[in-house]
Amino acid sequence: MEILALNPPGSEKDIEAINARLETLDPDAAKSVETCYQCGKCTAGCPAADQMEFPPNQIIRLVQIGQVNVALKSVGIWRCVSCETCSTRCPQKVNIAGVMNTLRLMARERGIQPADREADMFHQAFLQNVRMFGRLFEPMLVGIYNMRSMHLFHDADKGPLLLSKGKLPLFPTSSDSARVRRLFKKALESK
Amino acid sequence: MARIGVFVCHCGENIARTVNCAKVAEEAAKMPGVVYALDYKYMCSDPGQEIILKAIKEHRLTSVVVAACSPHMHEKTFRGTASRGGLNPYMCEQANIREHCSWVHESIPEGTDKAIDIVRTLVAKVMRDQPLDVIKVPVTKRCMVIGGGIAGIQAALDVAAAGYEVVLVERQASIGGHMSQLSETFPTLDCSQCILTPRMVEVAQHPKIKLYTFSEVEAVSGYVGNFKVKIRRKARYVKEEVCIRCGLCTQKCPAKKIPNEFNCGLDNRTAIHVPFPQAVPNIPRIDRENCTWFQKGKCGVCKKICPVNAVDYEMEDKIVEEDIGAIVVATGYELYDIAGNDPNGLYSGYGEYGKGKYADVIDGLQFERLASASGPTGGEIRRPSDGKEPKTIAFLACIGSRDNQKGISFCSNICCMYLAKHAMLYEHKVHGGKGYIFYMDIRSGGKSYDEFVRRAVEEDHVCYVRGRVSKVYKRGDKIVLRGTDTLLGRPIELEADMVVLATAVTPSPGVEKLAQMLGIPYDKYKFLSEAHPKLRPVETVTAGIYLAGCCQGPKDIPLTVAQASGAASKVLALLSRSELEREPTVAKVDETTCVACWCCYEVCPYNAIEKKEIRDRKGNLIKMVANVNRGLCQGCGLCAATCRSGSIDLAGFNDEQLMAEIEALAQVR
Amino acid sequence: MTYAYYPGCSLEGTAGDYNESTQAVCRALGVPLKEVPDWVCCGTTPAHETNQLLVTSLGVKNLASARSVSDKVVVPCAACYNRLKSANYEISHDKALKAKALNAAEVSYDGDAQVLHVIELLVREIGLEKLKAAVKKPLKGLAVASYYGCLLVRPERIMKFDDAEDPQTMDQVVAAVGGDVVDWPGKVDCCGASAAIPHTETVLKQVNQILTDAKACGADVVAVACPLCQNNLDLRQLDIRKKIGKDHNIPILYITQLVGLALGLSASELALQKLVVDATPVLKAKGVL
Repeated sequence: MEILALNPPGSEKDIEAINARLETLDPDAAKSVETCYQCGKCTAGCPAADQMEFPPNQIIRLVQIGQVNVALKSVGIWRCVSCETCSTRCPQKVNIAGVMNTLRLMARERGIQPADREADMFHQAFLQNVRMFGRLFEPMLVGIYNMRSMHLFHDADKGPLLLSKGKLPLFPTSSDSARVRRLFKKALESK
Repeated sequence: MARIGVFVCHCGENIARTVNCAKVAEEAAKMPGVVYALDYKYMCSDPGQEIILKAIKEHRLTSVVVAACSPHMHEKTFRGTASRGGLNPYMCEQANIREHCSWVHESIPEGTDKAIDIVRTLVAKVMRDQPLDVIKVPVTKRCMVIGGGIAGIQAALDVAAAGYEVVLVERQASIGGHMSQLSETFPTLDCSQCILTPRMVEVAQHPKIKLYTFSEVEAVSGYVGNFKVKIRRKARYVKEEVCIRCGLCTQKCPAKKIPNEFNCGLDNRTAIHVPFPQAVPNIPRIDRENCTWFQKGKCGVCKKICPVNAVDYEMEDKIVEEDIGAIVVATGYELYDIAGNDPNGLYSGYGEYGKGKYADVIDGLQFERLASASGPTGGEIRRPSDGKEPKTIAFLACIGSRDNQKGISFCSNICCMYLAKHAMLYEHKVHGGKGYIFYMDIRSGGKSYDEFVRRAVEEDHVCYVRGRVSKVYKRGDKIVLRGTDTLLGRPIELEADMVVLATAVTPSPGVEKLAQMLGIPYDKYKFLSEAHPKLRPVETVTAGIYLAGCCQGPKDIPLTVAQASGAASKVLALLSRSELEREPTVAKVDETTCVACWCCYEVCPYNAIEKKEIRDRKGNLIKMVANVNRGLCQGCGLCAATCRSGSIDLAGFNDEQLMAEIEALAQVR
Repeated sequence: MTYAYYPGCSLEGTAGDYNESTQAVCRALGVPLKEVPDWVCCGTTPAHETNQLLVTSLGVKNLASARSVSDKVVVPCAACYNRLKSANYEISHDKALKAKALNAAEVSYDGDAQVLHVIELLVREIGLEKLKAAVKKPLKGLAVASYYGCLLVRPERIMKFDDAEDPQTMDQVVAAVGGDVVDWPGKVDCCGASAAIPHTETVLKQVNQILTDAKACGADVVAVACPLCQNNLDLRQLDIRKKIGKDHNIPILYITQLVGLALGLSASELALQKLVVDATPVLKAKGVL
């Protein structure tokens, strides 16, 4: 285990950036991560906490002590499924789900490779798919994900079943795809 | 011709850090009317006051300005000094160069300039000061205590012990309050009833205490030493003076399925009932809403069976009036309702803990009844749903407390301790039972409190789990808790047989109505406000009205009793005087110019404006004018500022003085 | 009035039955729907986790399109509903973001399209009384556990759909069409959502718990209002059987399928054959089919 420094140089800026974003996300919620008094209710209700090396309250703690960098590299922020149970029940109105997402966006901005390879590949495959057709084409999403993640036979039993149930379309529907591609380009390149 | 002395205090470094005090004194010496100016390290100290006394004599001063802290802090001190020097105390003014100046500025030039300005305004004011004489009012040597819980009982007994009459008004049918519901008390595990009930009996038997139970304060008028109180004695439908307490009526009453409030709804009572066996007075009352006679016009069993004909269905509420000198408010608390049934909408309840729909999720007071020998189970721990002995109980701290999401930010103070006690009692009573306490922090700062908590852990093996629970729900006949152990950083799950929620302490419902009647402030949660959080903890800002117990904020029994005795000592100090002195800085109406528009009447927060008739010798009404009741007026000045015809002035703060202050401030430096 | 209709990607794929049943129910109730022209993916979790501007832009693009049809847009998918409603919220709170999003989406839009979930359409627009009156075959004796999941009710301040801990809206629909409402604790638990593919174990754990609770409280079927929830609760019963060894075998129906049955629509009109766990036996046993 690594020994952590408290409030390493430059950490104030990271905390400020996160607090500022919390304010725009939901003006009614707590204004700062300092508001968290570490009761753990977020972790208690989190469906994925058992899969995290730092569960939600510890992610908030990392931000509180300025170790945002550790949080950005954690698996925890990617295992979060954005169910918002934490934010809903937080006694201090801390928007924990908002902090989680802010950290994911920060990690992307800083080019930090998501620590959860599978979740990342899934999301990227999803977006690529949407960028291509404007709408999601589910069979291709699973196919691409399985190839990239090398989980070739993940859910392999489901395909034939879903096909037989008429749940899987055979061809993608394309919708307004030229504009969608422009939208992606503008959004992802915007500063 | 005024001969003014100016004394500039350093307040150690508090003022001197950002104000050049010598410079202020030097500039003050040049101000018109000032004949002497000096600075000193601690003006309020003995040598400091000596300097003022000496200067008054040597320089034949007519008035004094002390530039120091806030008048809230030391106006009394310095006016006392002036008085000892032979001046009228109201010829001494205090210039606040600390809170208004040194504490809010960072540089010496800035602070010094402002301090000089402040001193200049006070010099201009003091030059126009008039000697004032204190107002003297008589004192009615009787005290009213509102609320008959342990706070009210203690205050009443203390005041009565000194020989003064006490009127104790209790809303419920018996005195005793929540303490009479408790099982055993921390940190000594005394039986609550054993230490309380003798006190209750003492109240009932005390020749100096007049007890009004099932009664409420209806109206309060007057002022310190001279209150007039109307009390509504609600109809019990049983004649107190006739009833022989045989208990036949309560045995025979056929309406038996009414939730028993005293046992927190854990069992039932009859419509005609005594709240609990040890009630004082031990006289039944009929609960009209649930009585067959009152609701359907049939039955009448209690009346028929009563051997002394004490039941009276025709009884009506009575209003009694009492003259009172001092009032102690001791209205107590209620617990936060997790179902969120708060009439004021302040508290939102707990959907994630079932909103009150699970019978085996109870609150701390319900557990007290389960653990109490006088409770519905005779002190055996049995769960409400099926009467089974719970093998696992989870106790949850901070339910409603410290929870902004649910409407409350404060700590309820008592829960850490009573949960430790609950868990301890449970482990003593149920062989093989296991208690878990889910907590955030353990607050056990009282005498012998932390030792008590450690005993719960080390000797009784209560398992403390650090972390709030996210959700509580039913699975079969178990209650499942989804929690976390933050010390491990892992989510955890516990299947319990019963859950006890330490719900927040909230003020008694309706207390704000009483507070408005009494003219005393309360905070956003409706806890009543003390005059000063440290130095005047049992007084309110309204003279003659004092606070005791949980109406002021959540507190345990030792603190409540201490505060009640504190309030009683304040009452005694008041009642032991033959007359009271009141600040003469009150409003005065010029009757010749008053046009009776009653704007002052509307704005006065203390009901101090009276409508006065002016009549000629024959008794014909000439005109109506406003009149200030000097006993009630607190000198806030609202009426003076509001008066359209400029007919009201405030002694010590008259228009001429205020204008002079403004002019002095507006002077170019 | 005609409502704009935003089906969302899943309803063209794995949730075709949700699409068919929603449209069939609206036809039966005489509510005209017009599909949003050129609608595209709402972006959902992957976009939300990648880039704020991207996800907001996708939202406003769809909302602007919907606005050209009607000022009210009906959305069956809880994830799309959440995303579109959030997009409205985001542009109302962040003017800079709004300007950039409108530019990226190449639209003009002022946040004035009201986003309605199909349950809100039933309860607040059509009304429970009218729905009750249209019932031909009440779901008498069918115990239905309404499962709301996360995205309909949370975040409460933005969704304003219902109470976030014990919502009642879907239960009211169930009661209106004659079903027995199951009071159960799993209503707003998370099914594991998009972890289904990258981290199936999370979903299995959650779904196993949810279905255990629903059955323990006496549910014959679970009603859902989200394609991802349906997929996780329905399809993943196969994995739970294999990996956890528990055979729940409880049908997971879209709320619109249940309403459709009560309105007298046929199993094929409601695409019941697309459910993985066959609902026919229990529906027949209860006399609903």
